Amino acid sequence: MNTTRSFLRAALVVVAATLVCAGLAQAQDDASILDDLTTPKTDYVSASFKATRIVNGHSIEQMKEGDLDVRIHHRFGQVNSGPSALWGLDQSSVFFSFEYGATDWLMLGVGRSSYQKTFSGFTKLRLWRQATGEHSMPVSISALGGADLFSTPWPDPGAQNFFSSRLSYVAQVLVARKFTDAFSLQLTPTLVHKNLVPSAVDVNDIIAVGLGGRYKLTNRISFNAEYFFTIKPVVEGQQEAVDVLSFGVDIETGGHVFQIVLTNALPMFERGFITEGTGAWGDGGIHLGFNISRVFTLY
Amino acid sequence: MNTRILFALLFLLATAVQAQDKYLCKHGHIRFFSHTPMEDIEAHNTEAASVINTVTGEVMYQVLIKSFTFKRALMEEHFNENYMESDMYPKSDFKGRIVNLKDVNFAKPGVYKAVIEGDLTIHNKKNHITQNGTIEVKDGKLLAKAKFSIAPQDYGIEIPATVRDKFAKAMDVTVDMVYEPYKK
Repeated sequence: MNTTRSFLRAALVVVAATLVCAGLAQAQDDASILDDLTTPKTDYVSASFKATRIVNGHSIEQMKEGDLDVRIHHRFGQVNSGPSALWGLDQSSVFFSFEYGATDWLMLGVGRSSYQKTFSGFTKLRLWRQATGEHSMPVSISALGGADLFSTPWPDPGAQNFFSSRLSYVAQVLVARKFTDAFSLQLTPTLVHKNLVPSAVDVNDIIAVGLGGRYKLTNRISFNAEYFFTIKPVVEGQQEAVDVLSFGVDIETGGHVFQIVLTNALPMFERGFITEGTGAWGDGGIHLGFNISRVFTLY
Repeated sequence: MNTRILFALLFLLATAVQAQDKYLCKHGHIRFFSHTPMEDIEAHNTEAASVINTVTGEVMYQVLIKSFTFKRALMEEHFNENYMESDMYPKSDFKGRIVNLKDVNFAKPGVYKAVIEGDLTIHNKKNHITQNGTIEVKDGKLLAKAKFSIAPQDYGIEIPATVRDKFAKAMDVTVDMVYEPYKK
């Protein structure tokens, strides 16, 4: 009798204790239920760079559907042009463009450069996004294809000049990774094809690799650097083109991004700055410049 | 006699645990809005999750910051990157209770005024808040609504001087939730 009773009592204590624990665990359960509901299966990385350019070259970023980016880029003359040209500030080269997000993964742009009176256009296609979770991906990958047309008059109008000779093309693969909230790096293999080159010794196809990065100094200011290494020696007429090294500071103010630029290339489109840069950093052959981006939401 | 007390305790606990006391909302709607002559800022999150315990009055919310959507993509990016820093602080939550639990009859259809108090954490900063809302008991569901305002600076969200005239001093927050009985 006594043993049955104490057994019953012990059993009840165990059951009660279990239930108390269950009650205590309940609050924790609620939190984990909500946690499961609000944790995305795949978390896509965004804002690896502040703008669609690192400095001169394209970044992995693109306009979202219905957004239009109006860009005005500007480069002064070379700093080593001396006091008579106010160290380059007397000269200026301009590029402006309209770049539009047709969808979140397709961006189209048209632009005009004062350099060789060039019209240019590009298509940027987002292929993969860096992500963690179910569809994890270590890098973001985009593809860019572009064409440009210089419209300066032919030096010898009497010769047989073809329209197609004015065209050049660029193809790029953009591979970027946002390593931390502040630090992103991008590798950009590039092929530039020119239909017409100045002389027989020049090559029509130029392969280059771009390496660009950004470091966020504050939430709204980042420091960017970019280097394009051309694998084949590029010869433009008598003057040998140089690899282009550029630095920039991005300042973001709501809908605008201002980029203050130092670079040894004057042109502001791919064929130009990758294969036709002429300044040397060591000789002060560098250009101060600005890129201004203003985004309008069309719909 | 001890057995009797234990039985009573056991009974109480068993009812507390087993009765249909939990209601879950998986896709709650939270909207915030700020109006100035310069700019309207509006965002919607339709993925807010919440649990109400009708016996204890406990209320819990959880929201993924990246689930807020804006009409302008750039605004959404800046919201996540510059203001909410959602890579660092991905979620916002509320843990509190219905203060006037006795005024709400979860068994009887109707609209009840509810006073909710508790800790609201946004941007990793916790504030104790008390807000009014309504709970409607209808067709075995609970429809909860609340409207209140919060000031970004209370949650350590910096707004730089250059864009300050685009932000209202306080953001209007509208909460609209539909809870269903929670089954394991």
